[in-house]
Amino acid sequence: MTDSAPAKRRSPMGRLRLRERMRDRDQAIYGVLLVAALVYPMATLFASGGSTAYIAQAAHAGTWVLLAIGLNVVVGFAGLLDLGYAAFFAIGAYTYALFASSQLSASPLHHNFHVPFWIMIVLGMFVAAGFGALLGFPTLRLRGDYLAIVTLGFGEIVPQLSFNLPQWTGGINAIGGIDQPWLPAWITGPWAGANNVALIQNSTCRNPLAQTQFIPCFSFAFDPIAFYVLIVILIIGAVILVTNLYRSRLGRAWMAIREDEVAAAAMGINTVTTKLLAFAIGASFSGFAGAYYGASFDLVSPDDFLFVVSITVLVMIVLGGMGNIPGVIVGALVIYFVLYTLLPSLASNAESFANNFGLSSLTRQNGEWPGLYAEVQRLQFLIYGLILVLIMLLRPQGLFPSRIREQELKHAVSQEEGSAVEEGVRV
Amino acid sequence: MSTDSDGDNVLVLTNLTKRFGGLVAVDNVSLHIKRGEVFALIGPNGAGKTTLFNNVTGLFQPTAGRVIFDGRDITGSKPHQVARLGIARTFQNIRLFDYMTCIDNVRVGRHVRMQAKLWDSLFKTRRERREEVRVTDEAMELLRFVGIQRQANQYARNLPYGQQRRLEIARALATDPKLLLLDEPAAGFTPQEKVELMALVHKILDRGITVFLIEHDMKVVMGISERIVVLDHGEKIAEGPPEEVRKDARVIEAYLGKSA
Repeated sequence: MTDSAPAKRRSPMGRLRLRERMRDRDQAIYGVLLVAALVYPMATLFASGGSTAYIAQAAHAGTWVLLAIGLNVVVGFAGLLDLGYAAFFAIGAYTYALFASSQLSASPLHHNFHVPFWIMIVLGMFVAAGFGALLGFPTLRLRGDYLAIVTLGFGEIVPQLSFNLPQWTGGINAIGGIDQPWLPAWITGPWAGANNVALIQNSTCRNPLAQTQFIPCFSFAFDPIAFYVLIVILIIGAVILVTNLYRSRLGRAWMAIREDEVAAAAMGINTVTTKLLAFAIGASFSGFAGAYYGASFDLVSPDDFLFVVSITVLVMIVLGGMGNIPGVIVGALVIYFVLYTLLPSLASNAESFANNFGLSSLTRQNGEWPGLYAEVQRLQFLIYGLILVLIMLLRPQGLFPSRIREQELKHAVSQEEGSAVEEGVRV
Repeated sequence: MSTDSDGDNVLVLTNLTKRFGGLVAVDNVSLHIKRGEVFALIGPNGAGKTTLFNNVTGLFQPTAGRVIFDGRDITGSKPHQVARLGIARTFQNIRLFDYMTCIDNVRVGRHVRMQAKLWDSLFKTRRERREEVRVTDEAMELLRFVGIQRQANQYARNLPYGQQRRLEIARALATDPKLLLLDEPAAGFTPQEKVELMALVHKILDRGITVFLIEHDMKVVMGISERIVVLDHGEKIAEGPPEEVRKDARVIEAYLGKSA
């Protein structure tokens, strides 16, 4: 976790102080996250007496982190408001589900495919990127709000299609029985082969802490730890690639377009292809997040890709600090925790809290009062809303904003007070 | 240098017309700019000067007429294509990338001369890293050239007005232009800053770049330009060296109104 001294050699000018400071804070966040990712599985296994439920949940949270990193490219870097991001997630998930299950044997194709996960995750990425480009091509001439509306429409169309094409997607019945990722025997251990399923199920494989002797056992079939490791690797890979992009020619072009499209074009940036790339690259991340999701949940249903998913990812990046990758990761984890851990357990926590403090009368139903448990459960999303409003009030630029956003918000006020902004050339 | 043969002309406009509905913003304007000169476009407010710039740089499509740059017809080209071919510009209302640092503003200008592909950027290939170092040095050199190297890591929006104008010029120069279009570069400048600007324009000329500018300030125009075209209501009303244009009756009338 120790932060190395700012990399001086990187700057040929030797005086990039602001940037170095920024890197330091971000590197500290990365360090904490990395240590947490390493410690978390051991700590939860230990604390829960060998239950892998927490690890499975963390692996699920990782899907959201991937989505947030991807949407951040579109919204945070290039400034294109995309309200239909879940559609690409759906496309990735269905691509995997269709080609790695028996689903297609019931379809007009009458033939099923079982393409390995490792191929499909790459394929899912390209398919989603392709759809991103497809959606982008006619719509990227639109600006701001108009683009948001079109992407919103696209985000509605995709789940509707999967609802209404049951012969392909299973419709409301969803697709199940999706293949697990497969690992070579030298990783899983020779005893974890397909012929030894019973052996694994009976063995201590599922519970590493209870193992009395060292048995290397690492298989996706029965072990959320494998998925956890996979998602951590995927996230690390995504962070490296996106950071590289951010600091490249392309990243600067995205930011230039975000700041002033006309000036960017006058500097020789092909705004259409550059925005298209942002869309396609953003979509590709949700494409492989989708493939991962299909494999880890073993169920792909249209309900998983509704509008609320797009909005939740957007909330994650706005709250985390739009444009700043570590901020976005933290934002995704915080929102995931609130949505999947804090809120669901709130009602029972409130009840036991009341009982402990002699307020047990509150927990009973009484006339209009439905009882504390039911009441808190009813108020769940009000509380969620309050939490969001509170965070945005306390940190309007997000938890860990990029320095740029911070500045923008600071100056927004003074700009409003200033004279009306002169309108330049608009095309 | 002063012959009128085509090879010496960097930019030729023939019968350029731009209509917005019923309004004729640029009316049948022809002109030619010679390589290595400073050419000024003047005229009262609303004469169509910036519209003419926008037609040259591809922001607008001309209604009629041709734009020939370096012997090539670029009429109707997209702004990014025009920039790639070698025309750079600044804007009347400064249009910097406000929330990017000065050095990044200039590096964006370098975009069009960079080779890195998506693959290079994703995986930080050797080629990409080398190019980034080179471009950073070039950008720094340009900041030094316009005299704001000490502000390299400040956000563009935090610079004082005069430095923002300089930064915009540096950003335009980063595209390696053959022709630089300056839209009122001295607007809002103090007399001292105007002198510095004129010196800067001469330094730009020394780099072999032709300068085409719109300017209101007569001292600046007379001081640096070799030839002037005057626009009024979209029409070209005069053309020639500064001394001649200054005495032209139609020009005086356009600026001061008809004497009663």
